[in-house]
Amino acid sequence: MKETPLKQTPLFNLHRELGATIVPFAAYQMPVHYPLGILSEHRHTRTAAGLFDVSHMGTVRIDGDADLYEHFEKLVPGDIQGLLPGQVRYSLLLNDRGGIIDDLMVMRPASDTGQRQLLLIVNAAGKQRDVEHLRSKLNGNAAVEWLQQRALLALQGPKSAYILSHYCDAPDRLKFMQCGEFAVDGFGDLFISRTGYTGEDGFEVSLEANQAEAFARSLLGFPDVLMIGLGARDSLRLEAGLPLYGHDLDETTTPVDAGLVWVIGKRRREQGGFPGFSIIRHELVEGPARKRVGIKPNDKTIAREGTEIQSGGRAIGAVTSGGFGPSLPGPIAMGYVETAFAKPGTEVDLIVRGKSVAGQVVSLPFVAHKYVRYSVFSI
Amino acid sequence: MSIVPDNLKYVKTHEWANLEQDGLVQVGISDFAQHQLGDVVFIELPERGRKVIAGEACAVIESVKAASDIYSPVSGEIVDVNTVLTDVPELVNQDSYLHWLFRVKPSNPAELDKLLIAGQYAASVSSV
Repeated sequence: MKETPLKQTPLFNLHRELGATIVPFAAYQMPVHYPLGILSEHRHTRTAAGLFDVSHMGTVRIDGDADLYEHFEKLVPGDIQGLLPGQVRYSLLLNDRGGIIDDLMVMRPASDTGQRQLLLIVNAAGKQRDVEHLRSKLNGNAAVEWLQQRALLALQGPKSAYILSHYCDAPDRLKFMQCGEFAVDGFGDLFISRTGYTGEDGFEVSLEANQAEAFARSLLGFPDVLMIGLGARDSLRLEAGLPLYGHDLDETTTPVDAGLVWVIGKRRREQGGFPGFSIIRHELVEGPARKRVGIKPNDKTIAREGTEIQSGGRAIGAVTSGGFGPSLPGPIAMGYVETAFAKPGTEVDLIVRGKSVAGQVVSLPFVAHKYVRYSVFSI
Repeated sequence: MSIVPDNLKYVKTHEWANLEQDGLVQVGISDFAQHQLGDVVFIELPERGRKVIAGEACAVIESVKAASDIYSPVSGEIVDVNTVLTDVPELVNQDSYLHWLFRVKPSNPAELDKLLIAGQYAASVSSV
């Protein structure tokens, strides 16, 4: 078998310069951590601001006519027609059995007039397949362009709004799950959304690849900003209870058993018109056979992905993400259990290296989200 | 560069062994190993009284990144474990030579002669 050379993001040289430990991830050479280490990088993001290179993810632009949103709704369960200009929605590409092909961010640019446009951020591992899926399903009704010359940076943490306000007024104009385009001197047009994968307030910035390193270096000029690797990105999202595609979600999990029913728009729950609707409707009425839950081992033992979950000596599920939560601090996990055992407080046994470790089903997230939300009461 | 004290013996799987005056062998992990593991968050120690053979996995160190087996450098009986590490596993990151994991009563002390000396171990990790 011919080995495909690993790709590099536009920030690869910067990662090397900062002393990153580089690992192969989704066909890219990515920084897993810097000399500071995962624990400190994690804590820095929760207390100040962390800068993440997420350029390995795919940015996809879809252009169509006035009926673009109707066509796009045939692929996802979300209310896309109801998206306001400048609004972002988390959604799921579904297969005909209601299984999840990928999870993604769907953004309606603030400036679209006449012609309709959507911007999507999809996972690194599945981006090629997602683009092919979108092209075949939207065939003739929309143009699907994979924007390979874009870089994507995430600035996350309580100080990220203050930092970004030095460049543009996005922190004033955007609330959680809103987006817009901002011209910034020296760095071109930045497409910014107030979104992230840490549970903190924060922003994701899409910009031209050739501007990415200069922008990252400028942000790192603030003492409160440190570059953060994929290791801490994973522990941050796990504490925030956010699922990771390929681990907590895959083609056999549905929005209902994954606990993502809120992704299904109200109108769509009644009218359907998305892949796997009959299966999903049945699960909504009857309840799913299993559910995604949070799990806390009672001692310090870490229950990693693949750990069997038992009750009374019988297997009732498995861990799909597990590790150490630095903010608690302590071990945390996410997994699927039979619905009868999904209630918070249920005692379960985790089989780690052949030994049984007591644990408890808990509600997600492990660490409260700190999103800055739009409120009708805000001035 | 990682620290490799001269007075200890090493295994290529990154454990160190120290023959104490009472004839017991103290076992820990090298500075190189703790650095590679990253932040240690959990240590599973063997049961006292367990019989092990040289090269047998008998403890587990969990870092934020992954779980790693720890192999006994010598054969014998586990007579003591450092329970402080059960509560404060991150001590291994602070000084992996001060904070040993377990003590073995060796059944064949000659096995110690086959372990790597500091210079050999240092050479093996400097190429990584």
